[in-house]
Parts: sequence; structure tokens; C-alpha cells
Amino acid sequence: MNTLECLQAYWWLLISVLGALLVFLLFVQGGQSMLRCGIGEEQRQLMVNSLGRKWEFTFTTLVVFGGAFFAAFPLFYSTSFGGAYWLWMLILLSFVVQAFSYEFRRKKGNIYGTATYDGFLMFNGLVGCVLLGVAVSTFFFGGEFTVTKSAILDPANPVISTWADTHGLEAIVRPVNLLLGFAVFFLARTLACLYFINNIDDAVIDTRMRRGALINGLIFAVLFVAYVIFLLCAWGYRVSAPGLVDIEPNIYLHNFINMWWFGAAFLVGVVMVLYGIFRTALTKAWRGGIWWAGIGVVLVVICLFGVAGYGGTAYLPSTVDPASSLTIANSSSSLFTLKVMAWVSISVPFVLGYIWIVWRKMNATPLTAEELSQEHHTY
Amino acid sequence: MNDLLHLVDWSRAQFALTAMYHWLFVPLTIGLSLIVAIMETIYYRTGDASWKGLTKFWMTLFGINFACGVATGIILEFEFGTNWSNYSWFVGDIFGAPLAIEGLFAFFMEATFVAVMFFGWNKVSRGFHLASTWLTVLGVTLSALWILVANAWMQSPVGMEFDPAQMRNVMTDYWAVAFSPVAINKFFHTVFSAWTLAGVFVIGVSSWLLLKQRNTEAAVKSVKIGSLTGLAGILLTLMTGHGSAVEVARVQPMKLAAMEGLYRGSVGQDIVGVGVLRPDGPDADDNGMAFSIDIPHGLSYLIYGEGDRFVPGIYDLIDGRTITTEGDTLYADSYAERIAKGVEAREALARYNAAAKNNDPQAMATAAAEVKAGFADFGYGYLPTPEAAIPPVGMTFYAFHIMVMAGGFLLLLCAAMAWFAFRRQAWLGNKWVCWIGIASIAIVWICSQAGWVTAEVGRQPWVIQNLMPTTAAISSIESGSVELTFWLFAVLFTGLLVAEISIMLRYIGRASKKNIFQID
Repeated sequence: MNTLECLQAYWWLLISVLGALLVFLLFVQGGQSMLRCGIGEEQRQLMVNSLGRKWEFTFTTLVVFGGAFFAAFPLFYSTSFGGAYWLWMLILLSFVVQAFSYEFRRKKGNIYGTATYDGFLMFNGLVGCVLLGVAVSTFFFGGEFTVTKSAILDPANPVISTWADTHGLEAIVRPVNLLLGFAVFFLARTLACLYFINNIDDAVIDTRMRRGALINGLIFAVLFVAYVIFLLCAWGYRVSAPGLVDIEPNIYLHNFINMWWFGAAFLVGVVMVLYGIFRTALTKAWRGGIWWAGIGVVLVVICLFGVAGYGGTAYLPSTVDPASSLTIANSSSSLFTLKVMAWVSISVPFVLGYIWIVWRKMNATPLTAEELSQEHHTY
Repeated sequence: MNDLLHLVDWSRAQFALTAMYHWLFVPLTIGLSLIVAIMETIYYRTGDASWKGLTKFWMTLFGINFACGVATGIILEFEFGTNWSNYSWFVGDIFGAPLAIEGLFAFFMEATFVAVMFFGWNKVSRGFHLASTWLTVLGVTLSALWILVANAWMQSPVGMEFDPAQMRNVMTDYWAVAFSPVAINKFFHTVFSAWTLAGVFVIGVSSWLLLKQRNTEAAVKSVKIGSLTGLAGILLTLMTGHGSAVEVARVQPMKLAAMEGLYRGSVGQDIVGVGVLRPDGPDADDNGMAFSIDIPHGLSYLIYGEGDRFVPGIYDLIDGRTITTEGDTLYADSYAERIAKGVEAREALARYNAAAKNNDPQAMATAAAEVKAGFADFGYGYLPTPEAAIPPVGMTFYAFHIMVMAGGFLLLLCAAMAWFAFRRQAWLGNKWVCWIGIASIAIVWICSQAGWVTAEVGRQPWVIQNLMPTTAAISSIESGSVELTFWLFAVLFTGLLVAEISIMLRYIGRASKKNIFQID
């Protein structure tokens, strides 16, 4: 590996970590999807305010995920965002309505009423999770696009990346993509149950969420296993040399075997997720499920990104023109920019460090109804 | 081609819509965070609980607004990909880095410490809370820094070179990008204008309290902080605005000409104080003004520090005409010649591409040298005529002059309010003073928006100055799709704005009936 290849691999790893943290933090969206599930007003207030103190982390991680992709792999940014227009626009729309809903939902004079803002939160909870899952699934099952860099020489038709006329709607209705989308949705709900148990001190919520973790966890497990089977049976593209693209059946299975550390970590992650879910569901006092499942989710997602992008695998396969498929080699920024960004990335542990310190200080004790009643700023 | 133009227009409209809505909220976030931090610092140092109540009052308004800024901001980042995909590839190697750094350094800092600001009063020490408030100020200011670095780079592309093998620009000098004079001026000008906006917002809300004779002590204290912040902000905004104008003259002379409605420049060029453009464009003498009150030699002096220097007008730039201080008329490249050079560079790039496919290193080297030689005018090759390089003069001219006049008013307002607050407090209760304070809220927002209209409309047709026009920067989508999302966001953001104003008004009204000092 030369320096450029090392930096490309390093940046794909960072993208993977950001993507994994984003999926973990989707517990906020999962929690939002449960706000109108037959719970009382006091419990709903506790849940909203518990989530409301975390929603910005998910939001910011999504923004940084996008920014990092732009900086490190601009051809992906150009091709996927510009091509799958409706997929990304719907994702963004769901996050836009989330951002003001917490602050506005119970404020006097909010015009549209609390139920409207709760509806926005639930919309984000469902659509945000499902469509992010769909978007990630295109990393494996591809899209109908072509990349022709020389198009920029034609003033009448200068766009280098073109996508199918449906612009991402075709990805949304593709069953295998939806399978991952709904798996992510139920995973987010499962994580939300574990988070509520950890973050809120309320007997009613505790009981309901332990049951919820089990039900949502089981649905997630079924959907996820089905998706993994599809994934391991899928074909993909491997670029062995510049311009040389080979179709390879079971490419992700091969990647899990060839890059065994991803396979091992994937299994460890799955076990940690299941342990977090089932121990929570089967005990009455254990509150640590969110950390076990959370770390497990991060491991699993990093491994999925790993087998999608490493080993010359096309991480965004084109189903209409294999040569247009994106790999971390052909879509990355220049050596100079990757170096600059690598220096910048040294700050990541520092950022994670202060987030951790603040998180610990703010969550030292679980949220209670009494604390909420004394709070000046509530959602 | 018509479809392409239609798509470009809707893509521009959508970006303008989202950017303008975003900029309704963000300057208040930047400036109000500073004012809240100052108030909390006074509370921390004096232990006077009234300052804590005041801090919480303004912090609540900050929180309502903050959420709107976040909501409208996410669209902007992703629109570079969704609507300007060619741009994302052509300059993503340079442009993406500031956006990523913004997210990593600024957004996480905001997200982390704003939570402590709102929910940490009873969970962390007073010192930790105050530090969190100041770190939030730092976070929101840093987020402005990196996006403005990115914007400045589009106005003045530096620190990069074109790589024909990849058909894109690549970064060669990070520090040149981060610390270009345009970026520095733009950052400070924008942040100081945000201080001004928040200062005037605080003055306006406090004026309403004074008009209603409610919480007058809290209002006076707020006017003191707001007017000093606003005064510092507007003075520094004027200084950096001058620096920005000098940079515009250097790197975007066409924008400067449009800002002044100047079609034919002259040695010792006057500056327009107040004026009205001819609705049908310039007359036979290339005079674009129907009426104007000018300051003699003002533009030459402001830009160059010398009253007898030549400032080119729109037609001078198109003709490549300049006049020396000795009075000699010289001609550099006209826009027609620059278009020809741009086309040559593009054709050389096509030859490079063909040579690369044929694996002909010698032809590649020759073509690469030709591309490099003509790359400074690469974007002109996309323009159909020299006149296509003229931005919308009317919108640029009026936006600029509205901004300048409003800025002058705001300077007087902040100075007067500071003087009243510290020396003549009885005047603050005067009905007319109160109404002027309230009306100034609208003026400061108009001023702020007009500044961005000047900056962005004035640089048309370029998305990257001289290198890429908007027509070459777009995504391959149907204009109908963009039209639909435009209206979707228009309705959503308008509804959001109406709700925010309603919530703020209701909150201010309710809080005013209680003792603001005792908010806890």
C-alpha cells in the first residue's frame, strides 16, 4: 500500500466509525417513533425530554458523516446525493422537521399544536431510520448510475454523474433495501427501549421498555438475519486494477472470510447486541443494555462498511455500468487533502473525550418526573 | 439548453431560499449567544441573581431560534451534493474539507455544550456552566468560520490547481484556503454583523418592555448590554466591510461595478450615496443612473486610498479597458478573448483526455500545459456571450445600498441607545424612542439579508469565480423535481418562521408580566 491507499483506507475507516455512531444514535429516532404508543402524558414527557437532550448528537453526527464523505470521497457525494435526489431529500426533510419539533412542541403560541410536532418527530423516527437504512443498502446493492467525467467538456450537458430518472425512488421501493431500512428502524426502537431504561427513572416506562426491547429486538433480529443472508448471497464488483472491474458472486461472504477480522468482529458485535437485548428483557433491574447493544451495533456497522469498501470492492456498485462503480480508490480526494484531513482527524479523540465528560456529568442520575417539574427549559 | 437553464434557475432559487431562511436564524444565534454569555459572566462575577434571571430570559429566546438555525442548516450542506453535484466533484477536494472541519470542530462543540447551557443549571457547577456557555459561543462562531472559508473560496479560489487527469481541482495549499484575505474579511464582517443583529434584537425587545412599562429595570440592563454589543458589532462591521469591498475590487471587479451601478468607470470615480437606476439599462452614454447623489472621487479613494485612480465599470471590464493614473488607456483581455481562452482550455482538456485514452504521454503533456495556460479563464468557456458575465445589476445595486444605508442607521441607533442607557435613562422610556427601537428589528434583518444578496447575486454567473458558472455546476435531475422541493421547503420554512415568531412573541408577552429577574 502506498500513502494514498493508506489514507483512503484510513478515511473509509473514519467514515465507517461515523456511520456506526450514527446508527447507534438513531435510538433517538427509535424513541420518537414510540411517543404515541399508548403511554400516559407523564411518561411521554419523560421520554421526550430524555430524547430531547440527545437529539442534537444524532443530528450532528449525520451532518459530520455527510461532511466527511464530501471531504474524503467527493465523487460519492456528487454521484449519490445528486443522483438519488428523492431518497436524500426525504431523509433531510425528516431531519429538518425533527430539529425544531422538540423546542416548539409544547411552547405557547406554536400555532400548529403539540400533536403536529409529535407527528413530525414520529415521521422522522420512521422515515429517517428506514431511508437511512435504504441509503446504506445501496452500498451493497447499488444504483442505476453512470459516471462520465469527460461530460464536463460539453457545455450543453455538462453533468458527470447521471442516475436513473426515478432519482432514488427506485432504491426506496427495492425490497432488499427496504429490508435493511426496516431492520434499522426496529433496531433503533430496540436501542431506544434500552436507552429509556438507562436514562429514565420511572417504573411504568421501565416495565414497558423491557417488553418493548424484546419485541422490537426479535423483529429486528429476523429482518437483520434475512438481510445478512441476502447480503452474503449477493454479487458485487471488485476492481483489481484501475479500469478492470470483475463481477464476483458472494463477494461480501468472501470479504468476511478474507478479512476475517471483520467477520470475527461482526459476530462479536451481533452477540453483544443480543446480550444487551435479552439480558435487559429477562431481568428486572439491569440498566446496562444500551451500552452492550450500542457497542455491538457500532462493531457490526463498522464491519459492514468494511466489507463494502475494502479489498477493492465497489462500495457503490452501478447496476447499469460496472466501470462507473465507486471504490474508495476512484472516488477519493487527493493525497494532499486526505493528508490535511488526517491531521484534522487527530482531534477526534479530543472531541469524543469532551462529549463523554459532558454526557457523564449530565446523565449521572436518571431523569425523574420530579426533576422535570423543576426544570426551566423543558420540551 | 432551455431545460438546463430552467434547472439552473430552480436550483439557484432553492439554494437562495434555504440560504436566506438559514440566515434569518443564524446571526441571532451567533450574536445572542455572546450576549447571553456576557450576562451570565456578570452573574457569575457578581452573584446578583437578577442577572441569572435575565440570562435565562434571553437564553430561552436563543433556544427557540437555535433550533430553527439547525433545522435550516442541514439542507444547505447536502444541497451541494443534491443540487450541485458537478460542483461537488469539480472542487470537492478543496471545498469538502472546511465543511468536514466545521462539523467536527464546531457542530459537536455546539451540540455538547448547548445541552449544558439549557439543562445543566442544577447538574454542574456555576463555573462549568459558564464555561459551557462560552464554549457554545465559540462553537457557533467556529461553525460560521468554516462555512465562510468555504464561501470565500468560491468567491476567490486559491490554494489549488487543476488536475487534468482527474478532471477536477485539487488542493495544494490548505493555509491559503483557510486564511485567504477574502475569507478573513468575510468571517469577521459576518460575525460582527451578527453581533449587531443580536444587539439590535435585544434593544428592540427591551424597547417593547419599556413601552409597556413592564420589567423596566430588566429592559434597561438589557439595553446596556445590547447596545454596547451592537455598537461594537456595527463599528467592526463597517471596518471589515471596507476590507471586503477592497477585496471585491481585487478579485471580483464585476461585482463591485454592479454594486455601484457603474457601466463606464473613470479616473477619480465618484461613489453613489443615494441613487436610482435607469429601469431600461444604461443610456447612450453608458450612464446607468436615473438619479444619484454622489460623493466625488469617493469610490477611487475608498478602494485604492487615492482619489485619482481608475475604477472600471461593467463595460470597461467586458472590453478589458483600463486607464492609468497618467491618463493612458490600456486594453487587457476582453471578455470575448477570455471566452475564447476558456474554450481553448476546454478543447485542450478534451485533447488531454483523448491522449490519455491512447496512452500518449507526449500529447498528454502538451495538452496539460495548454490547459494550465488557459485555466484562469476556464469558466468563461461556458459563457455564450461576454454579456452573460454581467450579474443582475439592479438587485446587486439596491441590495448593496440598502445594506449601507441600514448600516448607517444602525450605527446611530446603537450609539444613541448606549448613550441613553448609560447617561439619559429617562429617554429610553420615550414613546418614539421605543418605537424606533422596535422597528429597528426589521431594519437590522433587512440589512443582514441585503448583505448576502449583494455578495451572492453580485457574483453571478459564477459558482466559482472565473472557473465554473452555475450552468456547469448542477446535478442531472429534472427541473420539476427541484421545483417541487423548492415549494416544499418554501412552505415548510415559512411555516417554521411564522411559528418561531409566534412563540417568541408569546414568550416575551408572558415573561413580561412576571418578574424576569426571578426566572428560575
